[in-house]
Amino acid sequence: MSHLTAWPVFLPLITGFFLIIAHMGGIRLQRSISFLATLGLVVLSFFLVSASMSVDHHVYLLGNWEAPFGIVLVLDKLSALMVIITSILAVGALWYAITTKTDEKGAHFHILFQLQLFGLNGAFLTGDVFNLFVFFEVLLLASYGLLLHGSGRLRTKAGLHYVVINLIGSTLFLFAVGALYGVLGTLNMADMAAKIAAAPSDDLGLIAAAGLLLLVVFGVKAAMFPLYLWMPRAYANTSAPVAALFAIMTKVGIYAIIRVHGTIFSDEAGDLAHFYTPWVLGLGLVTLLFAALGVMAAHGLREQVAYLVLASVATLLIGVGLNSPEALSATLYYLIHSTLIAGGMFLLADLVLRGRGAYEDRFESGPFMPGAIVIGSIFMFGAIAMTGMPPLSGFFGKVLILNAALDSSWFAWVISTVLIAGLLMILSVARSGSLIFYKTLSQEAGSGSSAVGEPLNRMAFVAVIGLFLASPVLVIFAQPITAFTDLTATQLFNSADYIQAVLSTEAVATTATVVEIKP
Amino acid sequence: MEWLISLSIGVLTATGIYLTLRARTFPVVMGLTLLAYAVNIFLFAMGRLTIGLPAVIDKYATSAVQYSDPLPQALVLTAIVIAFGMTAFLIVLALKARGELDNDHVDGVEDKPATSTVKQEVK
Repeated sequence: MSHLTAWPVFLPLITGFFLIIAHMGGIRLQRSISFLATLGLVVLSFFLVSASMSVDHHVYLLGNWEAPFGIVLVLDKLSALMVIITSILAVGALWYAITTKTDEKGAHFHILFQLQLFGLNGAFLTGDVFNLFVFFEVLLLASYGLLLHGSGRLRTKAGLHYVVINLIGSTLFLFAVGALYGVLGTLNMADMAAKIAAAPSDDLGLIAAAGLLLLVVFGVKAAMFPLYLWMPRAYANTSAPVAALFAIMTKVGIYAIIRVHGTIFSDEAGDLAHFYTPWVLGLGLVTLLFAALGVMAAHGLREQVAYLVLASVATLLIGVGLNSPEALSATLYYLIHSTLIAGGMFLLADLVLRGRGAYEDRFESGPFMPGAIVIGSIFMFGAIAMTGMPPLSGFFGKVLILNAALDSSWFAWVISTVLIAGLLMILSVARSGSLIFYKTLSQEAGSGSSAVGEPLNRMAFVAVIGLFLASPVLVIFAQPITAFTDLTATQLFNSADYIQAVLSTEAVATTATVVEIKP
Repeated sequence: MEWLISLSIGVLTATGIYLTLRARTFPVVMGLTLLAYAVNIFLFAMGRLTIGLPAVIDKYATSAVQYSDPLPQALVLTAIVIAFGMTAFLIVLALKARGELDNDHVDGVEDKPATSTVKQEVK
């Protein structure tokens, strides 16, 4: 049992504690500690990926208690993949926050940032449903602080909605977990899966109800229709680095559906095997349509990007709902792409907002902004990737998902919805690009107003380019990356191995002597 | 005892949902608190209702049946602590919203224009 599995959880937590002390040393010290720790997390997550390639499941028994009696951390290919995406996105977001001095607008940005990473990595690695709830709360509480960072009227308003809906989600999570525990008598995912296979048929209805309630909870996190209304406003009104980091937050919901539902209601589950997938697929299709309409109706660039994130979540839901190893592999490829590009788009939208001064990111013709040619070209690059046009990675991800949909009975619905939504998104993003970058006011008209934005922050721009570089990398190295996602999907569908690995891991022999207490 | 527990969970949940759907922040906070109470009792009941049994196996127990399930108690404890923290945070946020948006409506807009004119008259 190597301790490597536990490090991505504990590194951000320990860093967070040090940052509280480093608060006395000023912002520079905090910045360097926070950034170095996040870089360390990237290095660590590369080790995790290679470790997940060599052994199928690394099971880490917390407190050396055997499953199902203790809490386990499980590292498999999906966990490793999620941790590496999170850490790369975090480096980009943190670099942007430091270079634009966003982190100075409140006292504890870096501490909250690290605790957010702690919650995210914990949620990706845990093998226990209640522990997943606890890590959800950790990442949510950190996200409340980050969302409100810098404050402002709109931010407070959107933040209130975000907090309330997530508190309701937490309550539903507890109801679902409680009901599952009442029926199955365990909270360890592997053990739950084993118990469901042996459950009496009288209990199946109750288990299915609790499973669907869990789907609602994860749907709130993933912003699934009809539970997405909180999301565009919250993402559009928060500060840019936070919005970029939140690009992974909706994917936590997707991850939880793949992990929890995929493990508990796998092929082993008898009558309940994969009973949730039609719901995920159907709601994914509806979400995609509403997201495309939202992209068209958006008033500003940040709101539009938020709806584009919603569209990518919907595409992922469709991929999960198709429920085949090929579809899941395509989903994971698209997940890597959409998370990193969405993060970059949020940062880019903030650069546009800064460059246009009083016009902010609204879709109206403003004066020629400083650095418009560079920003505009990069915007076009991001828009092509985000809307899924060739030759960038969004296109390949969509083709892979549609290809996997060919065998499904929902084929006609999936392909028509994805293509129509794609067309609507391409049209509206093209319109917003031309309004912001092409149709600028003449110098005389523009100079009259106070609309002179700040010049392009080159250091911050590096973060955008760095995150966008993921797209060509995903295309050039498509072969090894899809090979990895194929392996991941096969592993996830072969959940018997997961169950066996978790339940058969034995505690490490200790040298401590057992003290017998005499009555 | 079963019907009493289930009735109280039901009433707490119903009241909680009703209050959460109100338009002012204070009832919403109250509603979320009631929902948290309901879920705590629910978690307790999921360990099966027992009377007068120790929470952990003790040396006098003659069989493994003679103890109440300790896990739900740990779950409830965790849930209470988290709900506590979240409610405290929400109250502070609601106060902040009240200060910044000048009213306690959850959308930050007063739905009755009459009240604002009254305020202006007072000024």
